Amino acid sequence: MSRFDEPDYYKKEELVQIQPKPPRTPWMETPVDFRPGTYIYPGKAKNLKVLDLPNPRDWAVTDVDWQLPEGWQKTILEGMADRLKRFRSFKLFMDICVRCGACADKCHFFIGSGDPKNMPVLRAELLRSVYRKDFTALGKVFGKLAGGRELTVDVLKEWFYYFYQCTECRRCSVFCPYGIDTAEITMMGRELLGLLGLYVNWVIEPVANCFRTGNHLGITPHGLADTLEFMTEDIEEATGIKIDVPINKKGAEILFFTPSGDYVAAPGIYTCMSYMLLFNELGVDYTWSTYASDGGNFGLFTSHEAMKRLNAKVYAEAKRLGVKWIMGGECGHMWRVVNQYMDTMNGPADFLEVPKSPVTGTVFENARSTKAVHIMEFMSDVIRHGKLKLDPSRNDHIRVTFHDSCNPARAMGILEEPRYVIRHACNHFYEMPENTIREQTFCCGGGAGLGTDENMEMRLRGGMPRGNAVRYVQEKYGVNQLAAMCAIDRATLPTVCDYWAPGVQVTGISELVANATVFKGEKRRTHNLRLEPIPGMATEDEESEADLVGAGAPGEGQGGMGHE
Amino acid sequence: MNVLISLLVVACLLIVGMFGATIAPQWIFAVALPYVAVAVFAIGLAVRVMKWAGVPVPFRIPTTCGQQRSLPWIRQQKLENPSNKLQVLGRMALEVLFFRSLARNTKTELRKERGLVYGTDLFLWIGALAMHWALAVVLIRHLRLFTDPVPAFVTFTEKADGFLEIGLPPVNVTTVVLLCALLYLLYRRLANARVRYISLPEDYFALFLLLGIAGSGAWMRHISHTDVAGVKELALSLVHFSPMVPTGISPLFFGHLFLVCVLLMYFPLGKLVHGPGVFLSPTRNMANNNRAVRHVNPWDYPVKVHTYEEYEDEFREKMIAAGLPVDKE
Repeated sequence: MSRFDEPDYYKKEELVQIQPKPPRTPWMETPVDFRPGTYIYPGKAKNLKVLDLPNPRDWAVTDVDWQLPEGWQKTILEGMADRLKRFRSFKLFMDICVRCGACADKCHFFIGSGDPKNMPVLRAELLRSVYRKDFTALGKVFGKLAGGRELTVDVLKEWFYYFYQCTECRRCSVFCPYGIDTAEITMMGRELLGLLGLYVNWVIEPVANCFRTGNHLGITPHGLADTLEFMTEDIEEATGIKIDVPINKKGAEILFFTPSGDYVAAPGIYTCMSYMLLFNELGVDYTWSTYASDGGNFGLFTSHEAMKRLNAKVYAEAKRLGVKWIMGGECGHMWRVVNQYMDTMNGPADFLEVPKSPVTGTVFENARSTKAVHIMEFMSDVIRHGKLKLDPSRNDHIRVTFHDSCNPARAMGILEEPRYVIRHACNHFYEMPENTIREQTFCCGGGAGLGTDENMEMRLRGGMPRGNAVRYVQEKYGVNQLAAMCAIDRATLPTVCDYWAPGVQVTGISELVANATVFKGEKRRTHNLRLEPIPGMATEDEESEADLVGAGAPGEGQGGMGHE
Repeated sequence: MNVLISLLVVACLLIVGMFGATIAPQWIFAVALPYVAVAVFAIGLAVRVMKWAGVPVPFRIPTTCGQQRSLPWIRQQKLENPSNKLQVLGRMALEVLFFRSLARNTKTELRKERGLVYGTDLFLWIGALAMHWALAVVLIRHLRLFTDPVPAFVTFTEKADGFLEIGLPPVNVTTVVLLCALLYLLYRRLANARVRYISLPEDYFALFLLLGIAGSGAWMRHISHTDVAGVKELALSLVHFSPMVPTGISPLFFGHLFLVCVLLMYFPLGKLVHGPGVFLSPTRNMANNNRAVRHVNPWDYPVKVHTYEEYEDEFREKMIAAGLPVDKE
């Protein structure tokens, strides 16, 4: 018997029975239902203490009494007043919504659950109703008639449930005629909840870890050195190339940072191995850092302050190591932070130089101030200049589609660079339907700190639109791999794909590139970086041997689909 | 319930306007109220906008809807992902004049055999665009009442608007469009279960108010004519601050005027401020050039961080054992 935190527990036929009609009771009178599988466990006291956050205590979401601090209503209302004075986005988005409903069926959680409070407009109304009651003239005079409502414990519980059922993916803000961005609303909602010590552990533990050890997983410096060292052994086995891993190296030209998810779990580790292989091949003088060992920043999912506290390490480490500029790996929300917050929060980075590719001499003008370049900007430039010898036929057994990750798409607009790289690394690239890619891309359902197993039902529901689009290209073109440049995607999309489009594996883009690269001094390449035999490259003996070994779950996809 | 309350309120307002003017001294409804309404509108709106403008924009958070500016050989989508002020201006113009974002609207359906399917859904975009543009033209036409001589562009607009030459006075296309668009928006709000669920009384109120104004206006023009010359005399006298109320203006006109006054006074208070608000929306009016040009947060404050020294102090021995370089031996 499977449990509510396992995908098998949910029958597909039941999950797609989505009630298209809203309930009979008005939304203000429909209380929240904490059903296992749809909410996330609260933040543990020890993690709050590491970060000096208020009201640390151990509690359960299903408790009637959430042990709120004395005078909590006042704390929230003052917190709102304070943020209304500091963020124009918040003030404006509280005021200008006309409830046209254009955002409603743009949210993956609404599409997958049918719960009206997952319509972005209602998610915002949860806050707006309190705002109207206490901060607007009409609300003060007309109260409920003007859409205002009292701040009660039930309202607070509703906030907790629904602000942790939003992945801050910003898809709704693409469609909103006023650009109202639910990510801003959710961020404010979470900040306000945080004032009372209401966090989810899946977010706040990584933040506490990252604060102390430099990465969300709490990997110690020597642990990270071991991990990377271990990867070089697999690299050598696959390619015959022995590489050095520069760590905390002073005077290196480039500080490289990437999400820590890629240090430990497949398929992210293959992406991480690929970075090292490709930098080695291109002769890039770079260094890893153990202190700034995470590009990801769960502070973004906590509060602006937490984001700044974690992000501060990047520039501090760049300064300490004396690098010239910074390069960031394949990650989603990390690039939201780097592209839209880092320079403002912790800059100016006037001690660094304007990034210039040591391989091609290209100056990255668009990163002139932040001094941080995306690996896909770097790689597409390298490939454009013909500095990598690529043999895409080594990826001929792969039929790949590309999942635009929310933040790189909607908080940056890095759309063509990854596609250019994929097209040069693979011969078989197929796009998903246009309403599901680029700026209209769908979230994996597990971003913004929701990718934990106890939230499995919502992850599967939220992942349905993406899974459905993957399924479409799987059936139409035989797609068997989905490339994504985001570590959360690489952690959560395997579950989504296994469920909605079984047989499709998840990969990073750099992994595709490394597998297609003809390295100087490589041995005969019979196995890819996953140490799976490459069809057409391995001898029959090697292939059948590997089939026996690899008869488990990941191998099924390869066997089932897309062989030519 | 929300619908009925709103309808009732607007109906009552119309009646108050129509008969108030006959019972109470005329100067209250014809002179004092319009002045008050315009003042509330202007001051209220200015206050509202200044309040927004007074709140800082700490971070540069545009929603990017196209390819960024990066390498020279990759084509940037300048209007969907602007990287300088001029491009932002272009993006804003598309947004304000043509409701660019609404034109992206899709509808999503879950089908048994095919799973999720997406289709273009332009009805809301057409309805909204028609309503706003028609309203703009109607307002321009009304300038005829406030000016003497009437500027050429007003006469031209009016001529163009009545090009069908049906009836006398000719039916203006925008009158029909405005009424139809408002009725469609009302229909959509009622017929679409989702939109009905999220609607507040205010949402219906705004629609009924506009319908009341447009309906009473059209009625006066085509069905029970009012004394247009008298109305113009009143309007001009108000503009010249020498108010004078001519006799013989029909009660319906005062109802119309009263609703307009209510609209003006309600405008800065409620959701209709989305008009000026969209200009200030940080996800639309900012360039996505944060990596090239530093954005400064005016209220930035220092935060508690975990320094490298603290970090090394905790792990120094293990780092040395693992062969990692350290700052302090």
